[in-house]
Amino acid sequence: MSSADDPSAHSATRRKVEAGLARRRLRERLFKGFGLAATAVGILFLCVFVYTLVAQGASAFRQTELQLDVHFDRDVLAPDGELDLEYADFDAIPRDALRAMFPDVTSRGDRRELNRLISIAAGFQIRDMLVDDPSLLGETRTVRVPAAANVDMLVKGHIDRALDEALRPVSDRQVQWIEALQANGRIEQHFNTALFTNGDSREPELAGIRGALMGSLYMLLVTVVLAFPIGVAAAIYLEEFAPRSRWSDLIEVNINNLAAVPSIVFGLLGLAVFINWMALPRSAPLVGGLVLSLLTLPVIIIASRAAIQSVPPSIREAALGLGASRMQVVFHHVLPLALPGMLTGTIIGMSRALGESAPLLMIGMVAFIVDVPGGFTDPATALPVQIYLWADSPERAFAERTSAAILVLLGFLLVMNLAAVIIRKRMERKW
Amino acid sequence: MQNTTLILLLAGMAAAAFYLGRSRSLALVGGVSNSAMLHSLPGYYGYFTAVWCLLPALAVMLVWVLAEPRVVIALVVDGLAESQKNLSAGELNLLVNNIRNLAAGDAVSGSVDASLQAAADRYNALVGVSRWMLAGLVLGIATLGALSAWRRIRPDLRARNRVERVIEYLLIAASSIAILTTIGIVLSVLFEALRFFQKVPFTEFLFGLNWSPQTAIRADQVGSSGSFGAVPLFAGTLLITVIAMCVAVPVGLMTAIYLAEYSSNRVRAIAKPLLEILAGIPTVVYGFFAALTVAPWVRRTGEALGIEVASESALAAGLVMGIMIIPLVSSLSDDAIHAVPSSMRDGALGLGSTRSETMTRVILPAALPGIVGGILLAVSRAIGETMIVVMAAGLAANLTANPFEAVTTVTVQIVTLLVGDQEFDSAKTLAAFALGLVLFVMTLCLNVVGLSVVRKYREQYE
Amino acid sequence: MTMPGMSEAEVTHAQQAPTDVEPERPSAPPPRRAAPHGERQHVRVSGLSDETVGDIHCDNPFMVARNVNVHYGENHAIQDVSLDIGKEQVIALIGPSGCGKSTFLRCLNRMNDSIESARVTGSISLDGQDIYSRDLDPVALRARVGMVFQKPNPFPKSIYDNVAYGPRIHGLAADRAELDDIVHTSLERAGLLQEVKDRLDEPGTGLSGGQQQRLCIARTIAVNPEVILMDEPCSALDPIATARIEDLMDELSRDYAIVIVTHSMQQAARVSRRVAYFHLGRLVEVDDTDRIFTNPQHKLTEDYITGRIG
Repeated sequence: MSSADDPSAHSATRRKVEAGLARRRLRERLFKGFGLAATAVGILFLCVFVYTLVAQGASAFRQTELQLDVHFDRDVLAPDGELDLEYADFDAIPRDALRAMFPDVTSRGDRRELNRLISIAAGFQIRDMLVDDPSLLGETRTVRVPAAANVDMLVKGHIDRALDEALRPVSDRQVQWIEALQANGRIEQHFNTALFTNGDSREPELAGIRGALMGSLYMLLVTVVLAFPIGVAAAIYLEEFAPRSRWSDLIEVNINNLAAVPSIVFGLLGLAVFINWMALPRSAPLVGGLVLSLLTLPVIIIASRAAIQSVPPSIREAALGLGASRMQVVFHHVLPLALPGMLTGTIIGMSRALGESAPLLMIGMVAFIVDVPGGFTDPATALPVQIYLWADSPERAFAERTSAAILVLLGFLLVMNLAAVIIRKRMERKW
Repeated sequence: MQNTTLILLLAGMAAAAFYLGRSRSLALVGGVSNSAMLHSLPGYYGYFTAVWCLLPALAVMLVWVLAEPRVVIALVVDGLAESQKNLSAGELNLLVNNIRNLAAGDAVSGSVDASLQAAADRYNALVGVSRWMLAGLVLGIATLGALSAWRRIRPDLRARNRVERVIEYLLIAASSIAILTTIGIVLSVLFEALRFFQKVPFTEFLFGLNWSPQTAIRADQVGSSGSFGAVPLFAGTLLITVIAMCVAVPVGLMTAIYLAEYSSNRVRAIAKPLLEILAGIPTVVYGFFAALTVAPWVRRTGEALGIEVASESALAAGLVMGIMIIPLVSSLSDDAIHAVPSSMRDGALGLGSTRSETMTRVILPAALPGIVGGILLAVSRAIGETMIVVMAAGLAANLTANPFEAVTTVTVQIVTLLVGDQEFDSAKTLAAFALGLVLFVMTLCLNVVGLSVVRKYREQYE
Repeated sequence: MTMPGMSEAEVTHAQQAPTDVEPERPSAPPPRRAAPHGERQHVRVSGLSDETVGDIHCDNPFMVARNVNVHYGENHAIQDVSLDIGKEQVIALIGPSGCGKSTFLRCLNRMNDSIESARVTGSISLDGQDIYSRDLDPVALRARVGMVFQKPNPFPKSIYDNVAYGPRIHGLAADRAELDDIVHTSLERAGLLQEVKDRLDEPGTGLSGGQQQRLCIARTIAVNPEVILMDEPCSALDPIATARIEDLMDELSRDYAIVIVTHSMQQAARVSRRVAYFHLGRLVEVDDTDRIFTNPQHKLTEDYITGRIG
């Protein structure tokens, strides 16, 4: 039937093809549109995500502070003539200063409301100032003290002033006072150093990520010290020395599977082996680091093997031909050439470890810990776990701090990944 | 003596041993000029001595450090009064904890009496003795090891081969850690799960429809075992996984197709790293986003449409989890699509296919095994995902297929059961390990099948 | 004289083996392949003009290419090529590796469209219609100008589905019976029906290399094209399979215009009526096959057919 020398057969074919063209073009456009939409979904989500975090979290890097003319009143601080650093009523000092600005506030209830504008951190600050400089006693100074979290939220616009009074945590009177203070230039915003110097706290304006950061740092140290040498050694053995046997196949399958085991299962392992069996302390960065090393080991081994594989065999042959032993070939020639790839893999493994939280919940790193850990066995938490803890808090001010902590975490991850990219680019060799 | 000090001392001794070994080898042949008479380079004799100095000592130290807490506790308990020794395991555990805390100078629950203080002092004394014994033993072994190696140095000693053999064993040990990890996971989970199944029948756990582990807190409560039916958890996990896959598979696959077939190089160069960023965001961040942004949004939208949505709906958790998995699906699909030889594409285009026809009729069918393998891995990832569901899905063990209701998952329950105060013997705690076992087995099967499908598929076109 | 960067062995291959494998992969011409410096110099040293010698015209032209230039990014792969392709005849494009013959072939059904950096200028018309015009859908064009590739590339589907693929996407068959008919006729014309008629359900990838290539030809003619482009269709095949494909070409040339790129002069001599010799992106000489091989006009053509250029 398809006698091509017959022109009518060709034109019949052409007619059929052209008849379907419009429909096929439409389908093509739809398909392409779906593809574009799908790609956009992921990227759009990323944008919304980053926008939300920045919109919520950026303001946490600034803290609202009240400028008060503080009188270090001898009668209040040292009624017996002696300053008792442990029991003196430091909180009263900033309160009195604030009250002095609003002389018409007299009733007990109102005064209590007024006091609530100041963070409890103000008392500690006064104490610290006196410890540093005892001669301040009896003097008057203009001091900036942190405002309470609700004031902070109101000033930053996270609390809607138009809302019904019963529905917002700040009363109408408090709003008036704050506005009066603002009008007098007594309310300022400054960089929130507490966020980076404090440990966790129940008070949002006091809560910082330093404890969590140090916890994460200690854990990553343990992880890198264990996982990098072990991972590299395992990769060297598997690539350069292991005989191709059932055993090495088993190890290979096993490593690939371990890389895909849910991280929480590693947490169960850590709980059962390190804490219950080896009796290592709970909540310690040491245990967290051990668990995270097991978790990142497969990542490092896989990356290191790939790096070793990319070293051309000609180099090994050349060294062997000169009479080097296999071990010398590996340590003198293969390892230095594969090192950038191994480092890149390790950094990526570390960034995965830094973001990991589920296994840490299992080994008790979710405790509320105020102190900044000072060693590998001190109770600690980690940055992602701190985010998890703060995200659970109902206060609006904690939501802001959670976003800020996330931004810090993402910043660290970004830096690590950039470092990996740079190492790869810098030390990349073309064979 | 602190362990760190001990390790530093050992390192110093090893350095000294290296130097001694090296110089002895040179002395035996009469100086550097004759070093060719040695079997190996002089440095290898140094390493040989250092290895003998270090390794046995470190091995002993490791065993000692692992065994020390147990032995010390056993000795302390042995020294307690008869009445205290006969306490139940749980109470004894608490007592030991108190002693330990007191010894470390930490806060102690309950009052401190003289006997407790005595036990704590005894504990501290034992630990001190143990440390000194350890230091003496380790340093002695190190000296002996170095000495014996040093004496064995002869010009014909095959030092390099010996050292290399040791290094090879170390490499083997490193590579077997991966195996040990798997064995550790299996044993720890299996062991505790078996203890759980002694308390709660296996069939009841697997097929029971009611999950409320909280009732088991009080040990005197008979019948508390009736509430460990895990089916609602499996159903909840399945529901959230299905929702996540409904998002991730079409979006991830279409993204891979678009980037492979339609996008220009410039778009690809921008879109791929952005998707990688999406893959690198920690899950706790997704969880925060799911709980604070997506869940309220889903709820408001549902209300606007007249649907009743729980504040911790399966839908919100599933949606966010789906987005988290998009990069995984798209990168594995991308691999699969690129593994199909370009001659297939040319052949289809040469016959007059449109690009979409080429893709759907030739390339995707050819890439299907790889894509399916990738999807299996993605499912495994979804099942094992913890933080998103902990933060955005609820604790309510509802047996439902309605995505607007709150459900709970296996991972959520593991976290809830194990976070906070726990007794290690209670059915509640052990249940977490039973759930862990189920989780491990499920994901292991998916991973093994998924990985082997992906690998076989790759080989097919190589 | 041996060209720089070209081994002695390749030169002899080109002369003797009809089944030689060109070391390039014309299915995806790498855009970065620049001509080695030495080769360029050779052209200049010989001091010959860039004009095509011989006769680019033919009676009854079906496809007409005029001043075609192709750039891959910076690389000028085809320079000012003009050529007529006649109905019911075989024209062979020959020349050394990287001379642009495959690139030119791929211009004829716009397969270069899928390479992002490729830019085609000049005009090519099919039956009087400009194939690079905006109104022309490359899909419709490729239905009229089919293509067979260097390496047999059957889809990983059954033999039947391979052949039925084109008719299905283009909607050429109204029902199953008609489709069966097209598949059978195409397989028969490709000389494959006898070998595979009992196993049409088996995968096409299970056939031998020569059978796979004939399956690809069957797949192409199932769409009933007017022109068939063949890009070194025999380079991956053994001599016996090659002979079968060459017989097939001879037979098909009665119904279709066939353009074949080949690396083997013997093959060109056996199957084609006209021969076009490409060198470094230029069309050097076009003429009847007999004339080219017995009395080449251009020095480069002569060097090539006498084996001085591989």
